[in-house]
Amino acid sequence: MSELIDIVLNAGFWAATLRIVSPLIFGTLGELICERAGVLNLGIEGIMTVGAMAGWMWVYQGGDLWGGVIFAAGMGALFGLLHAGFTVYLGLSQHVTGIGITLFASSLSYFVYRMLLPAATTPPKIIPFENIEIPFLSDIPLIGEALFNQSPLTYLALLSVPAVWYVLHRTPLGLAVRMAGENPVAVEAQGIDVLAVRTGAVMAGSALMAVGGAFITMSWFDAFYFGMVNGRGWICVALVIFASWKPGKAMLGAILFAGLEAMQVRAQQTAGAFIPYQFFLMLPYLMSILAMIVMARRAQYPQALLVPFRRGERVLTLKRSRG
Amino acid sequence: MREAQSVQIEARDHVSLMRVSMAPILAILATMVICSVLILWAGVSVVDAYALLFKGAFGSLFALKETFTRSIPLIFTGLAVAVAFRSKFYNIGAEGQLYAGALATVFFGTGLVNLPAYLMLPFLFLVGALAGGILLLVPVLLKTRLKVDEVVTTLLLNFVVLLAVSYLIEGPWRDPMAMGWPQTASIVDAGVLPTLVSKGRLHAGLIVTLLAALLIWLLMRFTVLGYEIRAVGFNAKAAEFSGVNINRTVVITALLSGGLAGMAGTSEVAGLKGYLTLDLSPGFGYTGIAVAMLAQLHPLAIIPAALFLSAVYVGADSMSRAVNIPTYIADVLVGVSVLAILVSVMLTRYRIKWP
Amino acid sequence: MSRLSFKGISKRFGSLIANDSISLSLEAGEVMALLGENGAGKTTLMNILFGHYEADEGSIEVEGKLLPPGSTEAAIQAGIGMVHQHFTLADNLTVLENIILGTESLWSWRHERSAARSKLAEMADSYSLAIDPDALIGSLSVGERQRVEILKALYRDARILILDEPTAVLTPQETESLFVTLRSLTDRGLSVIFISHKLHEILAISDRISVLRRGKIVASLNASEASRSELAEKMLGAAVTRPQLEAMEPGAAILSLQGLNAYSSDKLPLLENVDLTVYAHEIVGIAGVAGNGQAALADVLSGLNRNISGRLELHGKSLIDAGPAEFVACGIGRIPEDRHARGMIGDMAIWENVISEDLRSAEVSKWQIFVDKAAAVKRAKRLIEQFDLRCKGPLAQTKLLSGGNIQKLILARVLSPKPDFILANQPVRGLDEGAIAYVQEQLFAARKRGAAILLISEDLDELLSLCDRIAVMYQGSLSEAVPPAARTIVTSSAL
Repeated sequence: MSELIDIVLNAGFWAATLRIVSPLIFGTLGELICERAGVLNLGIEGIMTVGAMAGWMWVYQGGDLWGGVIFAAGMGALFGLLHAGFTVYLGLSQHVTGIGITLFASSLSYFVYRMLLPAATTPPKIIPFENIEIPFLSDIPLIGEALFNQSPLTYLALLSVPAVWYVLHRTPLGLAVRMAGENPVAVEAQGIDVLAVRTGAVMAGSALMAVGGAFITMSWFDAFYFGMVNGRGWICVALVIFASWKPGKAMLGAILFAGLEAMQVRAQQTAGAFIPYQFFLMLPYLMSILAMIVMARRAQYPQALLVPFRRGERVLTLKRSRG
Repeated sequence: MREAQSVQIEARDHVSLMRVSMAPILAILATMVICSVLILWAGVSVVDAYALLFKGAFGSLFALKETFTRSIPLIFTGLAVAVAFRSKFYNIGAEGQLYAGALATVFFGTGLVNLPAYLMLPFLFLVGALAGGILLLVPVLLKTRLKVDEVVTTLLLNFVVLLAVSYLIEGPWRDPMAMGWPQTASIVDAGVLPTLVSKGRLHAGLIVTLLAALLIWLLMRFTVLGYEIRAVGFNAKAAEFSGVNINRTVVITALLSGGLAGMAGTSEVAGLKGYLTLDLSPGFGYTGIAVAMLAQLHPLAIIPAALFLSAVYVGADSMSRAVNIPTYIADVLVGVSVLAILVSVMLTRYRIKWP
Repeated sequence: MSRLSFKGISKRFGSLIANDSISLSLEAGEVMALLGENGAGKTTLMNILFGHYEADEGSIEVEGKLLPPGSTEAAIQAGIGMVHQHFTLADNLTVLENIILGTESLWSWRHERSAARSKLAEMADSYSLAIDPDALIGSLSVGERQRVEILKALYRDARILILDEPTAVLTPQETESLFVTLRSLTDRGLSVIFISHKLHEILAISDRISVLRRGKIVASLNASEASRSELAEKMLGAAVTRPQLEAMEPGAAILSLQGLNAYSSDKLPLLENVDLTVYAHEIVGIAGVAGNGQAALADVLSGLNRNISGRLELHGKSLIDAGPAEFVACGIGRIPEDRHARGMIGDMAIWENVISEDLRSAEVSKWQIFVDKAAAVKRAKRLIEQFDLRCKGPLAQTKLLSGGNIQKLILARVLSPKPDFILANQPVRGLDEGAIAYVQEQLFAARKRGAAILLISEDLDELLSLCDRIAVMYQGSLSEAVPPAARTIVTSSAL
């Protein structure tokens, strides 16, 4: 018990938690935006991989770090557009399309990586984001050391939570997005193009997911490894359900997860002799399943999640706008 | 003023068998065209590359045997996915179920049970199927009882099972004779599937998997249970109203689906490796989704679909040895084919009217 | 200049002509009724007006200006507001959010909530349409939701308000107050298009009536000069005779419910203490406004809801623990409310749908394991002939059938085993006149041979002409079932 308290009272633990939580926050917020608009995006795992590869590669090829983040976001949005084209415009199965996007996006990332770096036996490294110490605040013991001495991308992750909340709940655009996920017919009846709103939301959400992936290769680590997203995307999908589609709760859920993972890394060092490390590694996946079980009954699903928008039964009308 | 034009998509009144079989051909052609961009980028002639791929998969007796060998687990996992998707249960966990089947196979096959070969082999397939089925039962019960989305749970369980395998082959089940390699002991001789042709790896798992495809087709097409599985998939509310026991049907479907994936594990261990390692499956479970989609969930069409994707993998391997194209091209082809088949099935079932 | 005029509007769907060169005009301050059967083309015409569809031919003018086709946005800009038959509201959002959607620029950084509130309060005041702007839609009654829909249109300064079947979901009192609202709107110069097939309502509210039949305007007349029978004949094309109920002595008790309670899956009460006995040779009607427990009663009598207590007996045998399969097996036939969602599996063939309720019977299965396709196809052929089903044969896909033929298929499946008790839930809703008469004849034939029938309907006229006794459902409770004559109070208030 006292060991546990030691862990929790250690600034290193909190710093690790914030590092682990950053990609989860980006991914969860991204998925949340898509689902709020009524589109399940199971492409997340692949889109995070794309982000991880694209951002890293940008920097490796001589670009600057922020350029890499923007490039990753753009690539994410592009795959989001692909997902939206299939699920929103053509009304195809969101489940199967998402899995297809994941298969395509991750394999394409690996292919491109190998094309550009055919000979690399050990993964080459870049100089990742450096931590930024916020003056004075970082001097506060424990909290300050952990919270105010972080990668700029972590600050961005934390700031994007209120930003996403504000846009979703306090702006006309956010209202249109939420309405598209609750009752797309209502959106159409008010003269707003549902398909465009959904597509925009999926692209924006996918861009965030890709930034989450980029964090892994550009801030957490400094190289791109195969399989490094390692199911984080799926965990984000579970976290969205756990959070009942609310950005604030999503952040709390992600922090809870990251905290447990940081704790297991530390516990491995002390208890590793008795408990095999694989059991610690299983925890996040098992926790995700548990989180979904706990929230399953209470979850307030967006009413039109998974429901393609079609006008009338006989005819499905797709709108193409000309300026 | 913004002006909108509309494209209309109407369901065709009748979809002929011709059109149905056009869908995968269209999808494969589209996939090859799309991926030719990557081949051109690698500086290789598209025709040469695909010729190499084809030759690598079918060009020699050895290649042919390899292609068939690789198709065995894909037929199993493709069937697993097709059966589940038919009843609108999105089982993305065939990878985990495959490993569960493999675990059961080595647990019982490495000396715990000793039977003559004609009993041992069916027994090993049975325990493999049971392990895969039981593993899938968890997400199924979570879905039917608590409405927990099965896609995420089956996906997450893949990681859990793989970690469990990793623990077992590094720990209690490690073969002390393997000189430190993390792998289990080999299964007993009576549990090894015989090879079908001399010189090569093609094993009797092929017969088992072809039989499985045939049986699943008969089941779906001619039996009351098959009717119920299809009914639940098409319209669960109407099926329930008619008196079909939804929960029972879904549980049976899951046992079938997980069981087929588990049998893929048995067949890989008993037919190919003899023991269990962490690289038993290079993603057969996920490729099974592509197989099932290309086959449009038809059990017999699974066989050519699996052969095709197996050829892609085998051919891509030999192609990348000959020219400078990374083997990941095979995975890209698989990923693109899943997306392409979705669109081409829609194109064959619907009519698009441009203004 | 008319406020709104349709000029030669035509619209085809495949071979079906939904609108055939329709010309109409609407003046300021009037209520124009659009009367027609289901499928006559009313909704298509309004969807064209509101930009959901584009007309193949013809144009629409608002205040003399051409309305750009195919754009909902343009229709709203031109002052057209539409209250759809199925409300276009989001249950989990507030009244205010539902109303302001689409009224502000999507790229604005914030909502003008306080301005919206005061505008809403002002409107609510002047049209006496009071509503709490912060209430969730899901917590409102159906009547209140309709008020939100009207406010939504008014908030966007609609001058032309279209109401598509607005009274279908309202109680007589709510209908009354809707009419008061509509009058106060037209007094202020708004124009209203009122779509309905209920003659008495149309005569009560409208100034002018246009009758639509098979996509064509067949009559336009002033409401003051129109009579019910004349309108009915115009709407249906000919005086249609519906079968008459012949007097019959009730037989033995077939189905009985005593102190029946039903709960939802989250244990909320749906039905409370329901008592009802249905005898052989008898049709008992369940009247009431939708949403008062009729669906719950239908679920219980279909075997779908097992969260029930009390007594539920057929021929004195308890069915309290039985499911749909047992219900069918012991002689209960069920005609579901939603033909497409519950009644049939559209992706399966007709022969497969005719055996869906007795898959393991000796007739259509072999050893209860294999489907006997030959026997099933034979049965399908027989039923197609017997029930005059228009289709390409037993192998045709079911979803290609028309609504009336789907209902015939369900009747064929349900009635051919000669069940002792029949639950008919909204059996004629959405059907054309010919199909309605057919369904009613079939129910009378079943009554004649000795079946007990429970008919659930929201259409009081239908119940009055078909039922031996009628009970009223209200908030999960059921009144005593009495002969129609004793129900005059209810009928007069509803008509």
